[in-house]
Amino acid sequence: MEPHIENIPIRRYVLSKKADEFFTGIYNVYQFIILFFKEAFLSPFEWKEIINQCYYVGVRSLSLISLTGFITGVVFTKQSRPSLAEFGATSWLPSLISIAVIRALAPLVTALIAAGKIGSNMGAELGSMKVTEQIDAMEVSGTNPFKYLVVTRVIAITLMLPILVFYTGLIGMLGAYLNIHQNEHTSFVAFFHSAFNSISFLDINSSIIKAICYGFTVGIAGCYQGYYAKNGTRGVGMAANSAVVISMFMIFVEEMVIVQVINAIR
Amino acid sequence: MPEKESDHDTGEPVISIRDLKKSFEGNLVLDGINIDIFKGENIAVLGRSGSGKSVLIKIISGLIKPDSGIVKVLGQEIDKIGRKELQALRTKIGFSFQSSALYDSMSVRENLAFPLTRNKRDLSNSEIQLAIESVLGGVGLSESIDKMPDELSGGQKKRIGIARMLIMKPEIMLYDEPTAGLDPMTSVDINNLIVRVQQQYNATSVIITHDLTCAKTTADKVTVIEEGKFLEPGSFDEIFSRDNEITRSFHDYNFINK
Ligand SMILES: Nc1ncnc2c1ncn2[C@@H]1O[C@H](COP(=O)(O)OP(=O)(O)O)[C@@H](O)[C@H]1O
Ligand SMILES: [Mg+2]
Repeated sequence: MEPHIENIPIRRYVLSKKADEFFTGIYNVYQFIILFFKEAFLSPFEWKEIINQCYYVGVRSLSLISLTGFITGVVFTKQSRPSLAEFGATSWLPSLISIAVIRALAPLVTALIAAGKIGSNMGAELGSMKVTEQIDAMEVSGTNPFKYLVVTRVIAITLMLPILVFYTGLIGMLGAYLNIHQNEHTSFVAFFHSAFNSISFLDINSSIIKAICYGFTVGIAGCYQGYYAKNGTRGVGMAANSAVVISMFMIFVEEMVIVQVINAIR
Repeated sequence: MPEKESDHDTGEPVISIRDLKKSFEGNLVLDGINIDIFKGENIAVLGRSGSGKSVLIKIISGLIKPDSGIVKVLGQEIDKIGRKELQALRTKIGFSFQSSALYDSMSVRENLAFPLTRNKRDLSNSEIQLAIESVLGGVGLSESIDKMPDELSGGQKKRIGIARMLIMKPEIMLYDEPTAGLDPMTSVDINNLIVRVQQQYNATSVIITHDLTCAKTTADKVTVIEEGKFLEPGSFDEIFSRDNEITRSFHDYNFINK
């Protein structure tokens, strides 16, 4: 080899190593999502595994969601009471709480918990399957691992998150009711009457749309990180970690965008 | 060492590789591999760590795409066929992974049932259970049927991995370092199992290894991969009687370590 060739610095990256990796990463996720839609609508469908995954998503998050949903309702009611009391408007508490919980808190709290609990689980599970060659084993035994592992998980969490959001909303309202009943002695019927009067169809619909977006985001982030994990056990940890960080970040970005759109419609 | 009877026909090779090249990010791993493997042949591929042995069998099973060259498996170019054909072809190729790669969220029974239920949907449950029990008996682990992979030793995992491959009755069996990480006694057991399987199933096998004992017992033909190329294949004794620096260093390495 001629020595002078080696002295010329070879420009290997378009921008820099980090920036290049960032943009190729985005492109890869885009490819991953395209592949998801291709495989998701192509038979044969993995119904049994989708149902299994739906069950896991529900079971894994139910206790934590119940607890946080309830606490959110109680704490939010407690914190709002003094400011409303200043205007002698504590009778507005049920409407205020229901708007806050249904429009904002339930989707956000549920999605963040799903990211921490289910997204990390997907990252770790698929990641360890990847680094121990289980995904390769599936592939060579004539099963499409993308379809069996990724498509089922993403569909499951996208379907389940709206249900879980609905559940969180109810539990949060229950917490709020108990607190209000204790302090203002509002009856159950009166509470839910004024609570639901202030909720519109748009509120419910937008929460469902949010939930679907967040569910899809957590599913894709978790599966993508796990499916392309490398570097052994360290990679598994990193996959689980990035799954959570990326989905939480994306959830906030999406929240901002969706809220803008909904407000424009309203 | 008794000569193994070689009953391969001289027809079309089961695996045929021409000028196969593969590199990863500028790192040339396979640099022109050529080989024909015929039905019933058992060939061992020796090579040091990182020489591209795993890459080679992953290309044969279609897990990795070659950069150039022709890889024909059972008459089909594995990197050129569609998903459906590939899936069908793969039911005829068995793969025993270096790490065993048992599905660790499934019991032994479920691990063995998985390829069957996914590929032969017309089988009844009792037929599947029967197949599981028979193949598990064949590898001598009937009592582990309801254990989880975590509860098995390294050697037992290897056996279950081999059983999972056998349950599909493949025509080609690929073994990636079947004895790596096992103690010498267990290695001997695994080698004997491979030989028994070869006799029973009359399949073609490719055994990737850096263990000379394994190559000597399980293969009737040996080749060495070195700097991305194959040395001329031959019988074990033939290869190691050649005055070749590579084979000599291999021999020394194995003797010093055993
Ligand atoms: N998926 C991959 N991406 C990048 N490099 C790889 C990949 N798989 C293998 N390699 C590289 O190819 C070379 C051969 O690897 P391998 O076939 O696993 O060796 P061995 O002979 O020990 O099985 C190694 O240098 C390894 O780093
Ligand atoms: Mg290897």
